[in-house]
Amino acid sequence: MQAEARDVPSDQDLLAFVAAEARLLDELRFEDWLALFTEDGRYWMPLEWGQTDPRLHASLMDEDRLLLQIRVERLKGNRTFSQKPKSRCHHLLQASTVDVRDDANGLYQLYTPFHYVETRLDEQSLYAGWARHTLVLVEGVLKIRLKRVDLVNCDAAFGNIQLFM
Amino acid sequence: MSRYRDNPEAIRNLVRETQVHRDVYVDPEIFALEMEHLFANTWVHVGHASQVPNPGDYITTTVGAEPVIMVRHADGTVKVLYNRCPHKGTKIAIDGCGNTGKFFRCPYHAWSFRTDGSLLAIPLKKGYENTGFEDSEAARGLTPVRHVVNYRDFVFARLNDGGPTFEDYFGESLSSLDNMIDRSPVGKLEVAGGVLRYMHCCNWKMLVENQTDTCHPMVAHESSAGTAVAIWKQAEAAGITQKPMAVEIIAPFMSPYEAFENMGIRVWDNGHGHTGVHHSIHSNYSAIPGYFEAMTGAYGEERAKAILDEARHNTVYFPNVMIKGPIQLMRIFRPLAADRTLVESYTYRLVGAPDVLLERTLMYNRLINAPTSIVGHDDLEMYERAQEGLMARGNDWVNIQRLYDPHEADQPTAVSNGTTEWQMRNQFRAWAKYMTMSMEGADHAG
Repeated sequence: MQAEARDVPSDQDLLAFVAAEARLLDELRFEDWLALFTEDGRYWMPLEWGQTDPRLHASLMDEDRLLLQIRVERLKGNRTFSQKPKSRCHHLLQASTVDVRDDANGLYQLYTPFHYVETRLDEQSLYAGWARHTLVLVEGVLKIRLKRVDLVNCDAAFGNIQLFM
Repeated sequence: MSRYRDNPEAIRNLVRETQVHRDVYVDPEIFALEMEHLFANTWVHVGHASQVPNPGDYITTTVGAEPVIMVRHADGTVKVLYNRCPHKGTKIAIDGCGNTGKFFRCPYHAWSFRTDGSLLAIPLKKGYENTGFEDSEAARGLTPVRHVVNYRDFVFARLNDGGPTFEDYFGESLSSLDNMIDRSPVGKLEVAGGVLRYMHCCNWKMLVENQTDTCHPMVAHESSAGTAVAIWKQAEAAGITQKPMAVEIIAPFMSPYEAFENMGIRVWDNGHGHTGVHHSIHSNYSAIPGYFEAMTGAYGEERAKAILDEARHNTVYFPNVMIKGPIQLMRIFRPLAADRTLVESYTYRLVGAPDVLLERTLMYNRLINAPTSIVGHDDLEMYERAQEGLMARGNDWVNIQRLYDPHEADQPTAVSNGTTEWQMRNQFRAWAKYMTMSMEGADHAG
């Protein structure tokens, strides 16, 4: 019984995962961050308020592992001029809520309101929104199957958003 | 101090055969004159009729700096009205799109207007009796834009009474719009999938020029497209054989100079032109199951092949629109200030074609044109550096000389090497023409 209990993440484990994920981004450890995703993991940033369809409606981002890997590689590229100098970012997270706990299938959904700052040179942009993580247990380790990021002003005109919220 | 107002000679001197003065990008007075003259003398895209399918449907947008409403009138025609109440100037609609029913009602004093702009009613109207109100501007209602053409559902407007007819202005360049529309088996497009809006701190003309700049992709986009190619090679080496749609879209940006040279560029009169005369970065997309069959069913095999073999890359409709026929998208470069431009990227559904085409269109738009696009980041970095660099007065001139032919001004229509900057020169010849054509009168009067 004790052993089984240890296999199931506590709410505290889930909240800590989300906080640690944001910290990796703030520390610009993008490869470590990418490793948090499952092989079929996605990062989705809808364009439309309450968007349900990522396929026949445009999104700001709808990235699979391959596209995320291209982004992460590009950020450190020698000829990535939009990252010379580099951007930095800062996440301010509200305590996450565990919306779904499905221990039988090792599947968890969390809801995390956030403020996010991205900065480069003298420019600083503030974004606000809600992150929804779908986490799964893969061989006992929590991974991100889907990170959905809804901006409060998802349909506004933005300048460059170069990093990850 | 005004240097350019009512001074067509000074404007013309900004555009030389192979270079343009930096003031065309950085000078606020030039920008104001562009709004006043260039965007009033030319045919500017307003919207697509599918955005207003039913009577009373409207969208709000701008022509140059001027707010307008595009609305479906009761008689089924599409009207363009200046978006200001004739009373106090209040914008009648601000919410992007909607249905106003049989009339517009100003939220300030409840004046109401039919969907052709004519005045319907004013509360407590007796207050205007015996005041001569019927002779006022206000009594005419919402001012309509008088010169509006709906070309196969693409709506264009010319604000000034002077200027060329729609047919003379666009001429053969309409073949690119035709090709995009003909890619629907029923010859019909619908705006679909939302609009991407991307703010640029640079002059709008930098974006227009970049549409036919074929010597930048392999350099500026090495970071994005080059990385995509490298990572796809790793994936292939690891045994993955099915090339993802995303890679199919991004990788051709890394095509070598030779490919772009052979692609060809065509120019048309009045500043229009396109890349991808013979082939393009859009030539080698995978076939979409069921689509070719639908096209041959509609057009016959020969005509269907002719439509689909056209792989025009970017077609510039001067002044501020670019379309990609094979991708079914339009980018509108909305001028906000000399150093500020809003880029709106619209996508279209080919009515009667499989959904996968719209999916590809939307993926292309997201990967290339979104504020979150790595390809977009590459480009915007260059535009913003240029906007700042052009504050240097040590050299007043921007060079657009590549493959210049001293006789090209005599050839309004021509096909040339795909790396020529002819189309940029073509745009600036049109720029000087349409900036000054409505200045002459003021010049003589002043």
